[in-house]
This record gives sequence, structure tokens and C-alpha cells, in this order.
Amino acid sequence: MATTKKAGADKTASATAKSGTSKKAKSSAAVPDFTAEEEREAYNQMLLIRRFEEKAGQLYGMGVIGGFCHLYIGQEAVVVGMQMAIGEGDQVITSYRDHGHMLACGMDPKGVMAELTGRRGGYSRGKGGSMHMFSREKNFYGGHGIVAAQVPLGTGLAFSNKLRGTDRVSLTYFGEGATNQGQVYESFNMASLWGLPVIYIIENNRYAMGTSVARAAAKSEELYNRGSVYGIPGEQVDGMDVRAVKAAGDRAVAHCRAGKGPMILEMMTYRYRGHSMSDPAKYRTKEEVQKMRQEHDPIEQVRQRLLASGDMGEDALKDIDKGIRAVVAEAAEFAQVDPEPDPSELWTDILVDA
Amino acid sequence: MPTQILMPALSPTMEEGKLAKWLVKEGDNVTSGDVIAEIETDKATMEVEAVDEGRIGRILIEEGTENVKVNVPIAVLLEDGEDASSIDAAAAPAAAPPAPAAAETATPEPSGGAPAPAAPAVITVPSDTEVPEGTELVSTTVRDALRDAMAEEMRRDDAVFVMGEEVAEYQGAYKVTQGLLDEFGGKRVIDTPITEHGFAGVGVGAAFGGMRPVVEFMTFNFAMQAMDHIINSAAKTLYMSGGQMGCPIVFRGPNGAAARVGAQHSQDYSAWYSSVPGLKVIAPYSAADAKGLLKSAIRDANPVICLENEILYGHSFDVPQMDDWLVPLGKAKVLREGADVTMVSFSHGLSYTLAAADALAGEGISAEVIDLRTLRPMDTDTIIASVRKTNRLVTIEEGWSVCGIGAEIAAVVMDQAFDDLDAPVQRVSGKDVPMPYAANLEKLALPSVQDVVDAAKRVLYV
Repeated sequence: MATTKKAGADKTASATAKSGTSKKAKSSAAVPDFTAEEEREAYNQMLLIRRFEEKAGQLYGMGVIGGFCHLYIGQEAVVVGMQMAIGEGDQVITSYRDHGHMLACGMDPKGVMAELTGRRGGYSRGKGGSMHMFSREKNFYGGHGIVAAQVPLGTGLAFSNKLRGTDRVSLTYFGEGATNQGQVYESFNMASLWGLPVIYIIENNRYAMGTSVARAAAKSEELYNRGSVYGIPGEQVDGMDVRAVKAAGDRAVAHCRAGKGPMILEMMTYRYRGHSMSDPAKYRTKEEVQKMRQEHDPIEQVRQRLLASGDMGEDALKDIDKGIRAVVAEAAEFAQVDPEPDPSELWTDILVDA
Repeated sequence: MPTQILMPALSPTMEEGKLAKWLVKEGDNVTSGDVIAEIETDKATMEVEAVDEGRIGRILIEEGTENVKVNVPIAVLLEDGEDASSIDAAAAPAAAPPAPAAAETATPEPSGGAPAPAAPAVITVPSDTEVPEGTELVSTTVRDALRDAMAEEMRRDDAVFVMGEEVAEYQGAYKVTQGLLDEFGGKRVIDTPITEHGFAGVGVGAAFGGMRPVVEFMTFNFAMQAMDHIINSAAKTLYMSGGQMGCPIVFRGPNGAAARVGAQHSQDYSAWYSSVPGLKVIAPYSAADAKGLLKSAIRDANPVICLENEILYGHSFDVPQMDDWLVPLGKAKVLREGADVTMVSFSHGLSYTLAAADALAGEGISAEVIDLRTLRPMDTDTIIASVRKTNRLVTIEEGWSVCGIGAEIAAVVMDQAFDDLDAPVQRVSGKDVPMPYAANLEKLALPSVQDVVDAAKRVLYV
């Protein structure tokens, strides 16, 4: 695929990356098949995110959603594949492009959408917005608006796991743009030094706002290697193939649960939309986006496999789509009729009452 | 001419130390660079090297002597041809005051005309009303009180841990965490790399994950690197999450000017943190408050900034000997009752303020002194009540006055007690300049006792 051309088939280093420096990335050359059930689950989850984000974009255009709104369309396989690799109690934390992560964590689309519209039924009671939502119940820790701030925070979640003696793993997502922030390396150092169970997932969608990765990052073709001097193994993964993501996630989770410390997964992915709703995306060609959508769309890949294997027919797939559209429509409806927060909410949740 | 070897100052704030060991004896020849003695400060044991060449003529302070003041002669060095008989001849003139710069910087209260207190071993602060009668009071340094607070809370709650630079094996850069590693082990007393931005974020993440971290900044000057996590991650997340994600964490360390460490290491951040909703800010003066407030801070479900003061670390105060000595956050304390003028301060600012109150008393002026103790939420009720009584107000802080704590207090008092004021509020503060290094300039940059006395007289029109 286009996004991983440079790390192509020659990069087939061992699947069992050692907890030392990783000289070579793994490729997606040998992607294990999904069971029919896994294919269906992945399809459902990714489609939910896709439809949800399309609706969010629509509501933004209508002025129902305000402020910043960063859509995840195109990157669905990353969060869905990783979610399939983790278990109960594992933590997830990410940046402001967070809607997909919340849905994948099992958070209620109504609560997410109502937060986007700033209503009282939103996950943060309307006080967080698109970039700031959390769910203790679903172990989703935000939703952070400062590029890379979630990296030490996610490292801290892993630290709490270590201190409490659990075998839980922290999934700490950030974009390739964040990999140029100093606090990422401060985190890598401590995570490796203290053997913390954290998976650093670089969602390399190739553009940090309008700056292509090659214009911002030294040795941009191997960001998975950015932890090598700290002894953190890294892999480059075809982030458009949900099976490759899950397989890499399985390896990384096993690595962390075995007490081998942190791991980096560089997910080669692509966002179809602009950085935020106000981004005309003039830094790339329409053809580039078109090519990615046609040749590498993560959802279409699963759809084709489902059809080819005969596990599902067109009608069954249409039924799924219909069901998801209904869920999203319900969420959008709720997010528009749910009242705004009571004015008294302005003064709540500033401090926990002692 | 015999040369005196003086008790050296081994840190910016050292006032005295223990002459732990002599490594030479009378009659030994030494050359410059030879280690001649070991001196224990409140922070560390240091070796003292000879500066001059000669023969040790007489040892004036025996090894094992505690509380040897800086610049006191500890031995006499003889040149070739001199003998011990020349020592006594030289003794009288040599006993003159020591080098002025060193002496002044080692003095905690820059005197500004008013008589400085004669360095009492224990500073008397009125006890809290909560102390049961008959409770034993134990003289304790602020440093040890802070340590005791952390140790007690760590014994009480397994989720409490301490992290920061040099907090474990080094026993704390300022020895505040001394002994914690021995008692609680490396899993709960964690040395971090020099990586403030990173470890502040890791601490906040651990708090999100259910722990109760106490994050030490070696000084708050370095916490500027971590400001994003203190404000954006720790203070705001509860609100942004609609109340789901509390962050029970304490950020603590010395704040403000120490002595002669220059502009980058001498800033008072009281006003910065106090302006942020979602944070609580404490700035204790006495050891009893340091202990009681820090214990309360560790138990608080919110992020608390504990602004300590390096100069106060070595000062001793009475601390109630109780199983669980807690001082509530958000409550000021009237340290000294008075009728003529209210003086509000906190942390080391109270050193000037209390000395000024003494000086004013000598002139028949009765000053009421309030220790804010907590800066956010500020106990404005106590201030207002006092202003209603005295009708005059002076605020004292070491930080800058522009948008400072005093400015905030002045605004609150104008708003709530305008008609009770008989004079405009006066602010005493650090001067509006980066902290200079030169001893005389640094003294000018900080508030002085005289500044406080003058301000009190201004509001009294005397």
C-alpha cells in the first residue's frame, strides 16, 4: 500500500521484537486472517465510527457543533484493531481526534454526540466538547487538546498499573506530529527506565495539520524507531488493514503483559478529511486522497473480504449499515434536542468537594 | 600573622552547621586543597578544604560541636616561623565581624532598620484552637515537619507515593524527603530523571489511574517546564470531564527567593498558581502549618500546589504532638492580634511582617498579623473581619506586586469593605525587577522589615 511503500515487503523483521533496539520494522506481509466473527466485529465498529463522523461533519456544517471538530474518517482500522487486542481494564488515552477512540471503547454514541453539541447529556455534561471527553467506566482517559500532553499522562496510567501491581496496559495514542514534542521522549525515557506497560501508538496520518511528516520529522520514514535509543522496540504497521493492526496490537499487549516494558507501534494511516473542519487541505492533492480511499479504505477492505468469503452477502451488509445509520441518527437527534447545561453547571466540577 | 579558618557557608541558606570531624590535628601542615574537616549542614555532610598553606596552630572548635555559626573561627593556621603564642595576639582583631556579604546572605531576615530578632531557636506562633489542651509541643524544623507529613500519609494510605528529582537515594535536594526511602522503599519513593515536563505529566496520569502522587519539584522555578500539565492536565480535567476525572495530586517544593541564587532560581509563583481555578494553593510559614496543611493536601481530592520556602526549611517551630495533626485548607490564621492596622502575609513574608509588628509595638502601634496559609481558596473572611476592626491594611509578599496576591487582596477588600477603610491599602512586595545576584541589590529587591513598618505608618498617617 502507498503509505507503507518505504517500509515495504523487505521489512519483514521478526514478529517477536525484542525488548532491545529494533533495527527493522515489521511489515504487514504476513497478516493473519480474521475469523468471520472478527471480520464482522471490525466491520461494525469501523462503520459506526465512519457514519458517526460523517454525521458530526454534517452537524458541524449546520452550526450545531461548534469550535474545533477533528474527524477520524480514514483512520478507523487503527483504533478498532487495537481495541480488539486489549482486554477489560486496559486504559486508552489519546489526543483531540478522539471520537473514534470513544466509540471503540464502547462509549454511548448519544453521549459522545451530545458532548459535541455541548448538551447536558454529553459525557462531560457539555463542558468538555469534542476534544475533552472521558469515561472512567470504559477506561477512556481523554480527549487531550495539547499536542503530546497525553503521552506522559498515558505513561502515568501505565505507572499506576505498575505501582498497583496489575497487568493492565495503557494504550497511548498520538499523531506523528506529536512525535516532535520533547515530552514524548521524556516519557519514552521513564517508560523504558521503569519498564512501564504502555503501548505508544503513533497514528501516522502523514499530515500534522498542514505539514507533511517529511517536512517536520527527521528520518520521517521510520518513526517507529524513535524509541530505539531508549531500548523501546517499535514496529511499523499497515494501519489501513485492521487485521495487521490487531496482530501488532496482540504482540505489543503480550510484550507489556509479560513485563517487558513499553512498545511503539507506528500505524501508517490516512485521514480523508482536513485537520479540522476549517481546513481546506490544500497541502495535498485531491488525487492523493482519492487514491487512498479507493485502494486502501479500511472498511472497504473488510467488506470485500466478507463478500468474497461468502460470510455475508450484500443484503446482510446493507442491514448492518442500516442499523448503524439508525444508531447515529438517534445520537444526532438526541444531541440536538437534549437541553444545554443548566447555567448553574458553570460553577460545578471545578473542585471535588472535600 | 596567623590566619583564621572560618566556619564556611556550604549552601545559599546555611546559617550554622555541625563540625562533624577534624581530619587534621594541631601541628599538622596543610596545603591548599587538603581536606581538613567534615561539616554537616541540614542538607548534607561536606568536606572542607584548606584555602591557605600553613600549620594548624590551634583548633578552636572541637569536633562534634553542633550549631556552629557560619563565619565563626574554627581553627588558626600558622605561617612558617610563627608559633602558638602569636595566636592570642592575633585573636582580638581577628574576632571582628566576618565578611559582610557572607554574613548577610546567611541571615534569614534582611533587617531593614528594625531590630532583627536574635535568631531564636524556636519561633513562637500562636497555636491553633484545634489543639487539645495539654498537647505536647515539639520543636521541629519546617523541613522535618514536611517530611513527617508525607511519612504519616504514606503510612495511612498505600496509594500515596513521592516522586521527583533526588527525592530517594540522595534524600532530597533540600533533605525534605530524608528517610522516606528507608521506610517506604524504592517503589513508593521514586527518583525521576531531570524531566519536569515529563514527570509532572506522569504524576498526573498516575493520579488519573487511582494513585495519590506527591510530586516534588526541586524548586518551583523548574516547574515552569511542567506548567502545561499542572494547569491543563491537572487543574482543568475535572471540569472538562463533567466531574468524572478528579486529580488527587500534590505538587510541592521550595518557591520564591532563597539567597543569592539569581533571577532564574528566585521567583515567587504564588500569584501564578493562585489565579487558576481547579487548583488549591498552600504556602505555609510555620512548621505546624507545614505539616498540617501538607497532610490535608495529600488527602484532598484535588490538585494542590504546596509552595514551600527554602529559608524557612531550617527554622524550628512548635508542632503539636498528635496522632493526626491536620490543618484545614482555606483557613487563614491570626498570628497576632492587634487594633491599629491589619498586616496580611504568608510564607517567608511573615518573617518581615512579624519583625515589623514587633518594631511597631515598640512605637505603640498595635498590628494584627494574618497568615493566609492557603492562597487559593483564600480566606477573605478573616481579612475582612480584621479590616472591619482596624480599618487599615498592609499586604506583604516576596513576589512581584503587579497582578500579585496583594493586588488581589486589595481588590477584594475594596469590594467588600470599602467603607471600612480609613486609608488606601498598601502593598509591600518584591520589587518589579528580576532578582539580582549582588548581595546589596538582592536585599533591595526583597521586602524588608522597614518596608513593612513604613507601609504601616503610611496607612496610619504617622
